[in-house]
Amino acid sequence: MSRLITITINDKPYQVEPNQTIMQAADKLGFHIPRLCYHPKLSIEGACRVCIVEVEGMKNYVASCAFPVSDGMKIRTNTQALRTARRDIIELILDNHPQDCHTCERDGNCELQRLAASMGIRARHFEGERKRYEKDLSSEAVIRDPEKCILCGRCVRMCSEIQQVHNLTQAHRGFHTVVMPAYNMPMGESVCTACGQCINVCPTAAFLEKNYTQELFEKLNDPNLVKVVQFAPSVRAAIGEAFGLEPGLNMEGQLIASLRKLGFDYVFDTQFAADLTIMEEASEFLERLQSGGVLPMITSCSSAWMKCLEQFYPDLIPNVSTCKSPMSMQGAVTKTYFAKKKKIDPRKILSVAVMCCTAKKYEAARPELMFDGMRGVDIVVTTREAAWMIKSAGIDLVNIQPEEPDHPLGISSGAGAIFGATGGVMEAAIRTAYELYTGETLVDIEVEAVRGLKGIKEGSIVMDGKEIRVAVAHGLGNACRLLERVRQDPSRYHFIEIMGCPGGCVGGGGQPYAQINSIPLDDENLRKRAQALYDLDKAKTIRRSHDNPDVQKLYKEFLQSPLSPVSHQYLHTHYKAKTPVGIIPRNERTLSGDSK
Amino acid sequence: MADKQYKLTFCDGSGCLKNHAREFRQLFEEELRRHQIQQNVQIHLSGCLGMCTKGPILIVNPGYILYGNLRSEDAPEIVQEHLINGKPVSRLIIQEDHLYNRFFRIFGDSEFFGRQMRIALRNCGVIDPEKIDDYLAMRGYEALAKVLTEMTPQQVIEEVKKSGLRGRGGAGFPTGLKWEYTAKQSDPEKYVICNADEGDPGAFMDRSAIEGDPHTVLEGMIIGGYAIGSRQGIIYIRAEYPLAVQRLKKAIEDARREGFLGERILGTDFSFDIRICLGAGAFVCGEETALIHSIEGARGMPRPRPPYPSVSGLFGKPTLINNVETWANIPVIIIDGADWFSRIGTATSKGTKVFALAGKVRNTGLVEVPMGTTLRDIIFGIGGGIPNGKKFKAVQTGGPSGGCLPEKYLDTQIDYESLAKAGSIMGSGGMIVIDEDSCMVRMARFFVEFTQDESCGKCTPCREGTKRMLEILTRITRGQGKPGDIEKLERLGTMIQKASLCGLGQSAPNPVLSTIRNFREEYEEHIHQKKCRAHECTALLSFVVQDNCVGCGACKRVCPVNAVSGNRKEKHSINPNLCIKCGQCYDACKFNAIAKV
Amino acid sequence: MTQNQTEKLQAIREAMQAARNDAHPESHLIGILHKVQEVFGYLPREMMDEVAQTLEIPTAHIWGVATFYHYFNLEPIGRHVVSVCMGTACYVKGAASVLETLKKELGVEVGKTTSDGLFTLQEARCLGACGIAPVMMIDEKIYGQLDSKKTVDIINQYRKAAAEEKSAVGAETRRGKP
Repeated sequence: MSRLITITINDKPYQVEPNQTIMQAADKLGFHIPRLCYHPKLSIEGACRVCIVEVEGMKNYVASCAFPVSDGMKIRTNTQALRTARRDIIELILDNHPQDCHTCERDGNCELQRLAASMGIRARHFEGERKRYEKDLSSEAVIRDPEKCILCGRCVRMCSEIQQVHNLTQAHRGFHTVVMPAYNMPMGESVCTACGQCINVCPTAAFLEKNYTQELFEKLNDPNLVKVVQFAPSVRAAIGEAFGLEPGLNMEGQLIASLRKLGFDYVFDTQFAADLTIMEEASEFLERLQSGGVLPMITSCSSAWMKCLEQFYPDLIPNVSTCKSPMSMQGAVTKTYFAKKKKIDPRKILSVAVMCCTAKKYEAARPELMFDGMRGVDIVVTTREAAWMIKSAGIDLVNIQPEEPDHPLGISSGAGAIFGATGGVMEAAIRTAYELYTGETLVDIEVEAVRGLKGIKEGSIVMDGKEIRVAVAHGLGNACRLLERVRQDPSRYHFIEIMGCPGGCVGGGGQPYAQINSIPLDDENLRKRAQALYDLDKAKTIRRSHDNPDVQKLYKEFLQSPLSPVSHQYLHTHYKAKTPVGIIPRNERTLSGDSK
Repeated sequence: MADKQYKLTFCDGSGCLKNHAREFRQLFEEELRRHQIQQNVQIHLSGCLGMCTKGPILIVNPGYILYGNLRSEDAPEIVQEHLINGKPVSRLIIQEDHLYNRFFRIFGDSEFFGRQMRIALRNCGVIDPEKIDDYLAMRGYEALAKVLTEMTPQQVIEEVKKSGLRGRGGAGFPTGLKWEYTAKQSDPEKYVICNADEGDPGAFMDRSAIEGDPHTVLEGMIIGGYAIGSRQGIIYIRAEYPLAVQRLKKAIEDARREGFLGERILGTDFSFDIRICLGAGAFVCGEETALIHSIEGARGMPRPRPPYPSVSGLFGKPTLINNVETWANIPVIIIDGADWFSRIGTATSKGTKVFALAGKVRNTGLVEVPMGTTLRDIIFGIGGGIPNGKKFKAVQTGGPSGGCLPEKYLDTQIDYESLAKAGSIMGSGGMIVIDEDSCMVRMARFFVEFTQDESCGKCTPCREGTKRMLEILTRITRGQGKPGDIEKLERLGTMIQKASLCGLGQSAPNPVLSTIRNFREEYEEHIHQKKCRAHECTALLSFVVQDNCVGCGACKRVCPVNAVSGNRKEKHSINPNLCIKCGQCYDACKFNAIAKV
Repeated sequence: MTQNQTEKLQAIREAMQAARNDAHPESHLIGILHKVQEVFGYLPREMMDEVAQTLEIPTAHIWGVATFYHYFNLEPIGRHVVSVCMGTACYVKGAASVLETLKKELGVEVGKTTSDGLFTLQEARCLGACGIAPVMMIDEKIYGQLDSKKTVDIINQYRKAAAEEKSAVGAETRRGKP
């Protein structure tokens, strides 16, 4: 507990903690200094110069995001000179930016637009040459539009510092600086894992998901198709935010109703397939445990993690579960089991997934996941795209009567629901693995040790006298550090869950943008979204995957048993080393602490 | 030397080398061999003396004869007449107007050197920079020995503080204080850096200092390392200075061999080594934090300060960064004492400063003068004034970060504060003299074009703002200036100064704002009357044939667009609608019958 | 690659291994990129990849560094740089058609290098030789009053000189010089 110091802001004295920046102190006191490149989870850039303030004794303005407070400091945050300077700085950014707000995906939700409005820019003083770059539409998942980039550097820092993917860099310099992958290669050919965190932190529309809403609207109007949709756990926990609601509201019923109104014939729930995944994966784990298979086993439901594995950690491919992700399993059973049951030609099924994730767009296109010449999922749209489609079709998601999902791929256990939170897959797997292994009911089915936002979580559970050590990492940077531990000592853990996005899927690259008074990747938001799923779990009567009656029916009628040849044909896949080879700086790999 | 009849010193600096100094020397040596007197003479090579316009340079002793502007055909004459017949060739000796004694013994009878006080450049032109023995003979490494055997680190810092030395890279921060802050940090891993990334166009002080006397920089750094508790020094030097790099490498090798670098220096517990890191063509890497990032193998982009490098610098460790010239002063301060040093200069700016005098002045080159010397003394005294009968218009100090000072500031005494008060800066020492034939608006545009090109692109005001300033200035020089442009430049310029992240951006508007302040009429003429009084902005020029035209037709023949018409022996005329203002006719006319209007 | 180049490349690889063992391998990056450019005249992509793998520095980071510093060439530079003056006088006298002739004759766009590594084609701002417009500069030599035929003739002169040099070197080798 350090002694408080006194600073003066706009002529009023305040007592504040030392060892913080002016911006941090001001935020706590209710002075919101405008900012653009600053993000609390990323290193400090001090690049945009929007957060400048006057400090007595300093000749020039200082960046409040970087400048530390000291005893006796006199600060002004809102003088006329500062307002003019900030206004001019924002105008300079606008003068090198496309003037197409009305047709831009982020119209109404763009940090630059908000700042420009708050600065009161009415006239342009400095217009001149504008940068011209091609859009990069090469990736299935994430597209780039460098003309909209304001060079805040958040994407580069996110990709390097938090995700440890290091795909992006600022290249060239001065007026010609552009953010791009190495060699300006197309995103689709780069080491990008498609996690979409760059989209989450981008203040403008320089990064966006690949948009399939046009195509989907067209297909929804095609009478020859049977339209089937599934949606992820995390989507229901966050889609309300896109409609102005508080974070953490579970809009499951309303979303199902809205999707039906959009034109889907069958609304299924990815949580069903989550239960299915647990059946397969827990069985796979136990088989390895009992027959000396490769351990630790690592989960495989995160698509960004899968791309990361093949590029950065090909040596760990034998460790990874061969299970497909819940989304892909759902797609597979839709076009086989469901199609047969309803006597529909699977080629006439339009299988759509609403996901919190951008990498799922990449996953759905993976050739390894095809079966019988078909893709399991034909179109993936993010939570954002779905929200836009619902609004565009005039559907009132907020007030619509909630509805139930369709059978036979609709009902789910609580274990399936918590898949969206970091640690959820591990917890769900433990609930089933314990009972499969020991034959007894696991009483304390809420495994606190793997819950929460700590970057790397460890826990253990004793099954029939055998200690099973588990670990959970969220964010590819934490995954990197955890996997380094595994490389040093493969016997340290038995089972590992890795989620590509910070917070787990609730923080996915396709989730709604941060609202006006919050920031991207806000921990509170992530916690609230995860809590919605934990509450959903608590409210269900069936809380274990193996107790899901429709899953049991699926096995009885089609798959026979976990890891059967049929299961292997449709529910499992394989991986191989891919290029470009990913490189992580040596000193990042060996960091002992968590990333933020 | 006793048994040699003559000692010859050939200047081997880059300026003389460009004027074929090596070829001259080779021819000279052939002549010596032809006359079989090569064993009678001792030949030395030296680094840049600073008299670059008069190269190649040869000094013959005894007699202190300073030969300059030498051509190959002069070699036989000097050998025959001076070395063999004992009669110096007077037509080749550099003559100046006045007799000054200070450097007479070394450089001979020359006002150019007479007004200078060479401390940082004390050995340049005197020793062979590739021979450590020469450096040792000039009391080299004596300061280091004194420091290691007789002084504590704290005493060294006190001495540097007492001397009043301020950073010579441009910021002018008290060197002793910087050393003290870095020494105070408790981290055992610390670094010493020499900033040799001299990027100002027209500045070559650091290059010459390193080419002429690399050991003084090394010695300064080793002493600095001792004072702050560091084991590792790094010299960050531009890749565009290959000769300087080569000399540094040799100097480091020799210093290691003689025990001045490496483990247990001079038998004490102190170990220190120096490594060279090359730059790669980025002016912004002269900024401390950008330089550090460049050494760390990253893009050379600055970061906000605090934390200052003395607390967290290279690899996050306490780091002491000083400019080449600052380091070069350290051994002198230790040997001759802070008291002596602090008596030179002004109350706030002690010691001397090296300037690179260039532009419209008779004697261009390097000059080192005590702080407090007036601009007039440098430009008209040492510099010899404006050639060709032209009038002085302004002097630009501090390179692209500095300002243009008109005539009323000529009696400003050079020191950090007074130059700032006059509206310019000391900078690293560039000093460009401008005469009436230079357009101030074009000058400002030239500097902004440079800083725009060199901007790292990190912060909005510099990246976008200097671009917009450049666009406005370009329009003005093309005759497309609009009312309100000056006010826009002032508004943008002031914002960029106050809001930019680093010194490059903060000082980029200086040439613009100072020329607007001191030469506003020129801007107004460009904008409102579409006139350039210096006749430099071609878009605002007209070429008009005058009455003294004899009708020779030379202009008509060279005009690439057939804009000239006229018959033989009759006054010609230029069609302004076709004229593309290339100026070929102006150059071709032998009668000065074409005027730029 | 010549013998000299092969030796230098080996030295670079040794330097990279040494850098790996340093506490801060990334601080050797720029020095190593300089050495690579010394051997190849520019930074080939394969070399940048190799540096990335060996020093464990992400390729994107190396690309960011290589593009930041103007000293580094990202494209090969030919033995002769052909600059066509595009100043007003030259333009009026037909510089554009000189440029087209060169593009056709050399088979490259502006800024690119011929596949035999002999020529890089560039545009230049006014070279100050307006009296003999249109003008091109090859290395330091100025050629003026060009037309299509003259331009091609000049290019062929350089090609001939390069071929003669090559055959002279070849002859030396055949004569068994060590």
